[in-house]
Amino acid sequence: QAVTVEVLDHLERLALVDFRDSEGVERLQKAIQFADQLHEVNTDGVEPMDSVLEDRCLYLRGDDVTEGNCTKELMKNAREKVEEYFVAPPGIVLLIKI
Amino acid sequence: AVKGTLCFQVSAALREGQITPTELCQRCLSLIRSTKFLNAYITVTEETALKQAEESEERFRRGQPLGVLDGIPVAVKDNFNTAGIETTCASNMLRGYISPYNATVVQKLLDQGAVLVGKTNLDEFAMGSGSTDGVFGPVRNPWSYSRQYKEKSAPKSHSEDRESKWVITGGSSGGSAAAVSSFTCFAALGSDTGGSTRNPAAHCGVVGLKPTYGLISRHGLIPLVNSMDVPGILTRCVDDAAVVLGLLAGHDPKDSTTIQDKFKPFELPNLPDVSKLSIGIPKEYHAPGLSGEILALWSKAADLFKKAGAKVIEVSLPHTRYSIVCYHVLCTAEVASNMARFDGLEYGHRSDTNKSTESMYAATRREGFNAVVRGRILSGNYFLLKQNYERYFVKAQQVRRLIAHDFSKVFGNGVDVLLTPTTLTDAAPYTEFIKEDNRTRSAQDDILTQAANMAGLPAINVPAALSERGLPVGLQFIGRSFQEKQLLTVAKWFEKQVEFPRIQLEEVKRHDHGVLQHQKSASFS
Repeated sequence: QAVTVEVLDHLERLALVDFRDSEGVERLQKAIQFADQLHEVNTDGVEPMDSVLEDRCLYLRGDDVTEGNCTKELMKNAREKVEEYFVAPPGIVLLIKI
Repeated sequence: AVKGTLCFQVSAALREGQITPTELCQRCLSLIRSTKFLNAYITVTEETALKQAEESEERFRRGQPLGVLDGIPVAVKDNFNTAGIETTCASNMLRGYISPYNATVVQKLLDQGAVLVGKTNLDEFAMGSGSTDGVFGPVRNPWSYSRQYKEKSAPKSHSEDRESKWVITGGSSGGSAAAVSSFTCFAALGSDTGGSTRNPAAHCGVVGLKPTYGLISRHGLIPLVNSMDVPGILTRCVDDAAVVLGLLAGHDPKDSTTIQDKFKPFELPNLPDVSKLSIGIPKEYHAPGLSGEILALWSKAADLFKKAGAKVIEVSLPHTRYSIVCYHVLCTAEVASNMARFDGLEYGHRSDTNKSTESMYAATRREGFNAVVRGRILSGNYFLLKQNYERYFVKAQQVRRLIAHDFSKVFGNGVDVLLTPTTLTDAAPYTEFIKEDNRTRSAQDDILTQAANMAGLPAINVPAALSERGLPVGLQFIGRSFQEKQLLTVAKWFEKQVEFPRIQLEEVKRHDHGVLQHQKSASFS
């Protein structure tokens, strides 16, 4: 089953990676075809597995502040900044086609 | 030549003053320079390495080395954060990104006095099985320039012909494998999500260890698949891998997926005994495309164990062939999530587009990621769409449980360690490898290594023999969860049996490494 244009548009907006060329679409089709092999496996009654460590308790540490105050270091790698703010282009406008 | 513990040997040499940390560091840096054509390193940290070496030298002068790794040159794959040093993941997205912190495993190495000589090359964001898809170009397998390969593959050809015959390292930790294989460092960190440490280890003739998921901290390892990633260890012998493992393993409060059990570093017995063990040979690992010579090698290895008194039995892991499909879905899904952080705002590449936030994100990601990464993000998002979530993502998670269960059943029936091939063939020439796309290659090459990641089990590649083309071929051992000691004991026994030959690198002006070889071995021409 081919990937519809609606799905592609939707995906592009979700993924925010454009893939408009035919090569990209073909690649996606092949990926889906490949994944379809999963349906050959009978998984009735099988619990999905999130983690191989599911039989263990997750470690929770004490709610104590142990580090922080590293604003300067964290800001170093940002290109556009003003004081302690990361600067984004104005407004969250829906994806404009370039 | 029988390999000793290279870290221990050179460590002893440092302690006895036969060589100083600065001399050792300079030799490795010089070798890095003369092997630049391998393209194993993205960043060579000459200044900081020499500084670390000087500090180490001072400690040796006082008679107070920090441990076995003090003064030992090591390399780290460029997807681990290293404070003050560029960390790129071989991607335009992180070009110029200077990490503000050290990954836990990097910190541990530095705390032991190791000397970091550089960050190694990889496939972009660790996606690939050839180390050919990074923005800094492909890594060349040092064995391409070995006498062994030349004699077998192109004895009469001219250097121009030979130029096109160089073979890949495998991936995605190809730079680390090449660095260890070409003697520019004594140990290197890789990462392993689908085989990325074991695959290049096999192609480059080095030991590649994938520890149990949860044993070593992933804090600071830029994630690919959170539920499968582990830091990998590449060394020239099994004993060295055990040493490095001992220094890296253990709970990290900064990584809540590390187990809390106290880890006890171990030393491997000098004369390992395998006679009381049960070795399983999973029949599904006789996969289509497995070369005749690797099949024969695998069989020979099984016989070695039989002769030593071990119980060698055929076992079945029926869902093996679905591991790669399962991985395809789970990996792309987690990638879609993990790559979402790259939006140009806080770090990394940022597009000049200023029309809107979303268009800036989209342009940044288009410019920053290569086609492989973008493809996986797109596929991952597809599998996570509401209409697909059950059919693909949850389905894959169910198949994952079946795969993990295959292993626990076999281990539950008394098998101690599994013996399998690591790769289907020896290393392919680069010109051949790139004829197929990344996803196809990954699907083919990960087939024997991926399931161990799916189940979170420890696995190790041990170089076994040279192929007919004069290139390394390795075999893989897969162990029970958190039973690295048993796994490495078996690996060490096997390593002693096969006496894998030393690489004879020709096109490199070599200094006398006499002090580094406390063993009879072929010299460099």
